[in-house]
Amino acid sequence: MKSSLQKQETRDAWIMMSPAIIILLIIAVYPIVRTFWISLHEMVLTDPGSGFPFIGIENYTKLFQDPRALASIAFTFKFTITTVVLELIIGVGLALIMNKKFKGRGLVRAAILIPWAIPTTVSALMWKFIYNDQYGLFNDVLFRFGIIDEYKAWLSTESGTFMALVITDVWKTAPFMALLVLAGLQMIPDELYESAKIDGANAFQAFVKITLPMVKSTILVALLFRTLDAFRVFDLVSVMTGGANGSESVSLYAYNNLMKFLDFGYGSALSILIFIIVFIISLIYMKALGKNLA
Amino acid sequence: MDVKTARILKSSLFYVMVVLFLVFIMLPFIWQFLTSIKPLSEIASIPAKWFPSKINVQFYFNVFEKHPFARYLLNSFIVASITTFLSILIGASASYALARLRFKGKKVLLMAILSISMFPTISTVSPLFLILKSLGLLNTYAGLIIPYITFALPLSIWLLTNFFSQLPKSFEEAAILDGCTRLQIFFKIMLPLIKPATFSVALLVFINSWNEYIYGLTFMTDDNMRTVPVGISLFPSNYELPWGDMAAASIVVTVPLIILVLVFQKRIIAGLTSGGVKE
Repeated sequence: MKSSLQKQETRDAWIMMSPAIIILLIIAVYPIVRTFWISLHEMVLTDPGSGFPFIGIENYTKLFQDPRALASIAFTFKFTITTVVLELIIGVGLALIMNKKFKGRGLVRAAILIPWAIPTTVSALMWKFIYNDQYGLFNDVLFRFGIIDEYKAWLSTESGTFMALVITDVWKTAPFMALLVLAGLQMIPDELYESAKIDGANAFQAFVKITLPMVKSTILVALLFRTLDAFRVFDLVSVMTGGANGSESVSLYAYNNLMKFLDFGYGSALSILIFIIVFIISLIYMKALGKNLA
Repeated sequence: MDVKTARILKSSLFYVMVVLFLVFIMLPFIWQFLTSIKPLSEIASIPAKWFPSKINVQFYFNVFEKHPFARYLLNSFIVASITTFLSILIGASASYALARLRFKGKKVLLMAILSISMFPTISTVSPLFLILKSLGLLNTYAGLIIPYITFALPLSIWLLTNFFSQLPKSFEEAAILDGCTRLQIFFKIMLPLIKPATFSVALLVFINSWNEYIYGLTFMTDDNMRTVPVGISLFPSNYELPWGDMAAASIVVTVPLIILVLVFQKRIIAGLTSGGVKE
C-alpha cells in the first residue's frame, strides 16, 4: 500500500514537472550543446562557401594565442574581483546600518532598490554623461571641491575607464548585496546578542563571533550571484565604452566575434570558455556553502 | 563633553552619513532629470549649470518623435508580460512537485535548474539566433519571448519552490484524508496559498525581462520591434551624442520603475531575499 502511494507520488511529480523540463531541455540545454558543437567547427557566416568543417579543438588553441582574447579575459577577472570586493564591503556596511532602527530607514531601503531596478543600459548612459569630459557632473563636483585642478577626460584613459566602470557597477549592485545581507541579519535572534553582552563581549567581538557566522551562507549566496553577473558583464561595457581603452569584457569580445565578424566557430569557443569559467565559479561557491544550500 | 552631547553628536553624524548615501544613490537621477529639462545651450555650459534658467520640454518630444519610443515601451511591455505569465504558469506546477512531493533525484534536478538560471546569455545567443532565423521568428514577439523563458522559467521555479516549501505540511495531509486528487490539491489549496508570493516572483521576472539586453539586441533588428534597453542604447549615432534626448528617455523609463519599486517595495524584497536566503 505504502509503496504504491509512493509510486503514485513519484509519477505525479514527474508529470507536473515535465512541461518545464521539456521546455528547458529544448531552449536552454540544446543551445548550449549546439554552441559546443559549433565551437569544434569552422563556421564563418560571411564565407558560406567554406562549409562546416570539423576542426577539433583548433578554435580553443587559437584562443590562447589571441592577445585580444587573453586581454579580455584578464580585464574581466580584474573587473569581477574589484567590483565584487567593493560591493561586499559596501553591501555589508549598508546592511549593518539598515539593521538599526532609525528615522527614514524605509526611505533608504526604497531608494537602494531603484538602481537595481533600472536597466543597465540606462544606468550606463546616465553615468557616461556624468563622466563627460566637458559637461559632466563628475568633473564639475571634483573641480568645485578642489580635488582636481582641471577637467579630465575620464573615459579616454585606461585607468579612468576602469574606475568609471567600477563606480557605475558598484552604484547599481552594492544595494542589492545590502538587501540580501540585511535579510540574513534580520534572522539573527536578539537573544544571542543579549547573552553575548552579559558574557562581556564588546561590539566587535559580537560581530565576529555571532554576526559573521550567522550570515556567512547568505553572504556566500549573494557573492555567488554578484560574481557570476560581474564575470558575464556585457551591457555596461557595451554601452559605456564599447570596449575601448582595454575595457573589452570577454562576453563583449565573444559577441563581437559572433554577431559582428560572424565567426561563429571562434565566437562559440569563447562563449563555451565563459560557460566553463562560470561553472567553475559556481562549483567553488557551492563547495564553500556545503550543506547550507538547499 | 557629557554623555548626552556625545550621543547627539554620534546620531547626527550617523544621519549625515545616511543623507550622503542617499545623495550618492539619487544624484545620477536628479542630474539626469535636470539635464532633460535644460535648454540645449545650458547642457553644454562650462562650468556646469545645475539648474535650468527656463524649463525646456523639447527633449521629451524628441524622444517620441525622432524615435519610435512608444513602440519600444509597448514591445518591452508585451514581451516582459507574456514571458512573466508563461514562466509562472509553467513553473508553478514544477515548483509544487519540487517542494512538496517525495521522489528520487529531486536535489539533482533542483541543482540543474539553478545552474540553467546561471547560463551565460552569450553562450546560447548564437544557436538561438540560428534556430529563430530558420523558424522565421526574428523580429517577432515570440522570437524574444522564447529566449526570455530560458532565464525567466528557472528563476520562477527557483523562487516559487522556496515559497512552496515554507507552507505547513498539514494543509495537504488534511486534503489527502478528504480524498482530494493531486490536481485538486494543487489548484484548490496550494495555488491560492502562494498567490501573494506569486506576485513577488512575477515582479522580479518582469523586471528581469524588461531589462534584458543581449537577446533583445540580437533578435530584434527592426527598429519598430526593439525593446526599451536596446532602443535607448542606440540613441547615440556616429554624428552626435543627443544628451538631452537620452536624459529625457532615461527619465521616461525610470519614473514608472521608481513608482513600481516604491509601491511594491515589500513584495520585491520578499522575492529577492527568498531566492538568496535560506532559513
